[in-house]
Amino acid sequence: MAVHEKITIAKAINASLRASMEADPKVLVMGEDVGKLGGVFRVTDGLQKDFGEDRVIDTPLAESGIVGTAIGMALRGYRPVVEIQFDGFVFPAYDQIVTQLAKMHARALGKVKVPVVIRIPYAGGIGAVEHHSESPEALFAHVAGLKCVTPSNASDAYWMLQQAIAGDDPVIYFEPKRRYHDKSRLDTEAIPDPLHKARVTQAGSDLTLAAYGPMVKVCTDVAKVAAEEGKSVEVVDLRSLSPVDFDTVQASVEKTGRLVLVHEAPVFLGMGAEIAARITERCFYHLEAPVLRVGGFHSPYPPSRLEDEYLPGLDRVLDAVDRALAY
Amino acid sequence: MTVEGTAQRKSTRSGSKRTTAKKASPAKAKAADQAERDQLVQLLTPEGKRVEHPDYAIDLSPDELRGLYRDMVLTRKFDAEATTLQRQGELGLWASLLGQEAAQIGSGRALRDDDYVFPTYREHGVAWCRGVDPTNLLGMFRGVNHGGWDPNSNNFHLYTIVIGAQTLHATGYAMGVQKDGADSAVIAYFGDGASSQGDVAESFTFSAVYNAPVVFFCQNNQWAISEPTEKQTRVPLYQRARGFGFPGVRVDGNDVLACLAVTKAALERARTGQGPMLVEAFTYRMGAHTTSDDPTKYRADEETLAWEAKDPILRLRTYLEAEGLVDDAYLAGIEEESDALGKRVREAVRAMPDPDTMAIFENVYADGHALVDEERAQFAAYQASFADADAAAEEN
Repeated sequence: MAVHEKITIAKAINASLRASMEADPKVLVMGEDVGKLGGVFRVTDGLQKDFGEDRVIDTPLAESGIVGTAIGMALRGYRPVVEIQFDGFVFPAYDQIVTQLAKMHARALGKVKVPVVIRIPYAGGIGAVEHHSESPEALFAHVAGLKCVTPSNASDAYWMLQQAIAGDDPVIYFEPKRRYHDKSRLDTEAIPDPLHKARVTQAGSDLTLAAYGPMVKVCTDVAKVAAEEGKSVEVVDLRSLSPVDFDTVQASVEKTGRLVLVHEAPVFLGMGAEIAARITERCFYHLEAPVLRVGGFHSPYPPSRLEDEYLPGLDRVLDAVDRALAY
Repeated sequence: MTVEGTAQRKSTRSGSKRTTAKKASPAKAKAADQAERDQLVQLLTPEGKRVEHPDYAIDLSPDELRGLYRDMVLTRKFDAEATTLQRQGELGLWASLLGQEAAQIGSGRALRDDDYVFPTYREHGVAWCRGVDPTNLLGMFRGVNHGGWDPNSNNFHLYTIVIGAQTLHATGYAMGVQKDGADSAVIAYFGDGASSQGDVAESFTFSAVYNAPVVFFCQNNQWAISEPTEKQTRVPLYQRARGFGFPGVRVDGNDVLACLAVTKAALERARTGQGPMLVEAFTYRMGAHTTSDDPTKYRADEETLAWEAKDPILRLRTYLEAEGLVDDAYLAGIEEESDALGKRVREAVRAMPDPDTMAIFENVYADGHALVDEERAQFAAYQASFADADAAAEEN
């Protein structure tokens, strides 16, 4: 079936893994509970049944071990797609990711490739206990040698994962877990956009909202409300966090003159900080207002009863839109 | 500490009646010490006497025996040359393998061409066995690259500086070998210090669970920079394997024959589907951790002297001479070869060019990256701006 009118992001990722494994026998899926259970979010549901335990590997409960052995398998010619169960659990593997995975190709002067993809369900909004709602993307985007991407809808989830797996670089693939069950359209025979290209999802002329992953939906809603108030807001879905498609953001800001960056991750030294700096440099004479950011606070992710206040929602983003438009 | 003290040191937990009771029985402790020594697989004594072991036999031709001697002498020469080059400022740093030649040559010569090695940063002898040009090892210590050789040309991975990280790569690689249905084996080198790393424990777990064809070769050289082995473990390291469900064995790491025999057996187990094995080569780091270190600050001369008496090269030479397998002409030939190697290494290092500045931006990604491209172009333009200024200055 080429067109799914309404498919969830979780199912699109499942279909994507399936397509990758069918296309290339070297593609492996590995992680905690990814086999029989199909992952704690059921994203890998049914894959072990169809591809066997040799290719869909339930691993010991040790994240550094998972990534470290994935590196070894990549050196042997495999393409492991690793699942880290939750964002907050990636840190035991951070050493392997930063000191080994990211640098191996450069250390070998290009003579080896380590095409490991690490899938991380990230960000909050699901009422979880601590360490299950974090947005650590900047900690990975900061590291040369890694690429970082995050889809916001089923079609991107499907295509971007396959593109990440087919590429020869390590990719951290952040999955917006609170959007896993959001449905959207997927055409499995479409020609996808390049992996690292941002996309204008909503055209506007007064202000640019740039977001990614789970916040794209919030920003789309903001644009609708703003339109009712007579403000024309353009929404850019960044899609790729390393590299960032600054050109697309720049083109938008040159048109609108205003930029608000939105993410769940803490504002301080987050993706928004880097983009604000670059866009200020590139668009200085086009800017009608300072670049503003809306995001998490410099605090641990709060207990879930407070997450609705902590997470940037419609009102907090609208407030930033108003502040930017007030200049 | 006593030289073999690591294994025998008893619990120092105070206040325990059981400990006190145990201490009250010196006869038992003595028997335990003896049992521990019996665990050390040895085929050639420090005095150069050939002995047999019930589990590990070896039968080498005179050529093979001489080959091991040559390997060890040339490796030591290369190592000494590198230390000198560091002292002369040609290398920024050097991690000497002095004293560990038997562990490395013995295990290195046990490997088949299709086997794969994951070294630390001190496996110069293993690299030698794999046919990696010794001068290639010096690039990272000179600061012209971070490794740079092609791991797949000799099945010898890049040196790994983050302690223990490579044991997981070796395990994953072995899992890949297993998936391929190949009968190659993988060997992961690490040290007594690394045995404390979580990655090493995780590699033991993964390799055991998947029955991966990997040999863990631990060179227990007694010192992790300044920390003795008893700061890493309360049990002999080879015994760690038991808890993970695979065998461990302690071998005399200064006995090249024993290291060869035991590693061969371990590799054979791996390639015949019997899973991982831990080999603890009990040896000694005769020199400093690296050229930046000063071992006189933390260890006694008597200890080093005691290990000097167990020198791996001397004992093989004693044996070869006693057996009439080498004569003065042969030994002189090795000396000559050794000097030639030293000269070649010196010249190669001095001639090693600094990399091109723009190499900073090379190979960061396999498929390219927009930011790297942008920064490369900006930096190139910045540098070119000086060239323009220089040209203008010349014209004026």
